Amino acid sequence: MTEEMQTKLAAIVSRVAGKTVNPDPEESLFDAGYLDSFALVDMVSEIEREFHVKIPDADLTPRRFDSLARIGDYLTARIK
Amino acid sequence: MSSIQSFGRYLPDRILTNADLARLLDCDPAWIFESSGIEERRIAAEDETIAAMAERASRHCLERAGSDAAQIGLVILSSATSAQRFPGPASQLAQRLGLAGIPALDLPVASAGSLFGLALASQLAPVYGTVLVAAAEKMSGPALSEPLDRNVAILFGDGAGACLVTHSPGTLGIVDAVLHSDGTYADDLRLPLSGPIRMDGRTVILQASRRMPAAISEILARHSVEAASVHSFLLHQANNNLTARVAKTLGVSADRFFLNIRYCGNTSSASLLIAASEWHEKAVIEVGDYVCFAAFGAGFHWGALLARK
Repeated sequence: MTEEMQTKLAAIVSRVAGKTVNPDPEESLFDAGYLDSFALVDMVSEIEREFHVKIPDADLTPRRFDSLARIGDYLTARIK
Repeated sequence: MSSIQSFGRYLPDRILTNADLARLLDCDPAWIFESSGIEERRIAAEDETIAAMAERASRHCLERAGSDAAQIGLVILSSATSAQRFPGPASQLAQRLGLAGIPALDLPVASAGSLFGLALASQLAPVYGTVLVAAAEKMSGPALSEPLDRNVAILFGDGAGACLVTHSPGTLGIVDAVLHSDGTYADDLRLPLSGPIRMDGRTVILQASRRMPAAISEILARHSVEAASVHSFLLHQANNNLTARVAKTLGVSADRFFLNIRYCGNTSSASLLIAASEWHEKAVIEVGDYVCFAAFGAGFHWGALLARK
């Protein structure tokens, strides 16, 4: 994950969490209290918009979006 | 074209408030409302059966239609919470309505059950004549089973709904329906033979928030109907926050979505017909207006149905 991608993802998490947060890349966004089920939905929509990708329904598993690192890995593979 | 003749509903008398639940779950009543949009739900009596609840809703439906049960040629009953593996409650519902001898079909499809029942009825009405579609659930038992999961326990209530579908002109013509199922997620929302409901809420919400508006868009596109021109959306009453996201995805004002979850809770398959019954008594619709039904639930099963006045 590039530094630019991490910065963008942290900004998205801050927007959907409704507060400024700076998660550790490996930290669980759910365990840290930044995301709940509905914030996850909003985060996925923002990721699609920000990174100009359409995430297929089959890829929509909470585990894939559990941390900035996991999201970064997924997006890197998708955008390649 | 098959059409909907009338709707009916039954809600048990006992009310379980968020304050009652908060004491049981050791949580804040305000958190329950913020998480779900629910303030209270109805709880059936212990000896009240699925067939008995479905009968009450069906009789209300017949009364609203101004007709008697003798016209019914097929009974479809959706319930995922009947007391035994077999027989299901459909044949008992038919017998209670004086319809012993006519075919009665059980649909244990959970939350999308009444939508699937409506879609099936629209196809079967030309063969069987009037089809009674009922849905009844006692969700409170499994939702409040030990070990308690507060994310599950806050959601569910009990109730029943009903609808008459005929092959002659009625209140709402059934234009078309789309149904989908995907067993990939069968373990993410299930009710085992014993114990509480098991739900991975994150997966359920994530999938529902995408697939339900997609099904609605699919049925609307098939008939060149703009979402903004639909008079009312009637959804399975799962969670207010989910309904708000479906509205946002479709670009439709949330006030087009009828909601009664605040005082009924999530009654699984019964919720769509309970909501439709209440909506139908209040709504002012003109000839040509479109109404869109949609549901998503365990299985996963989901879909949408388009109807027109």
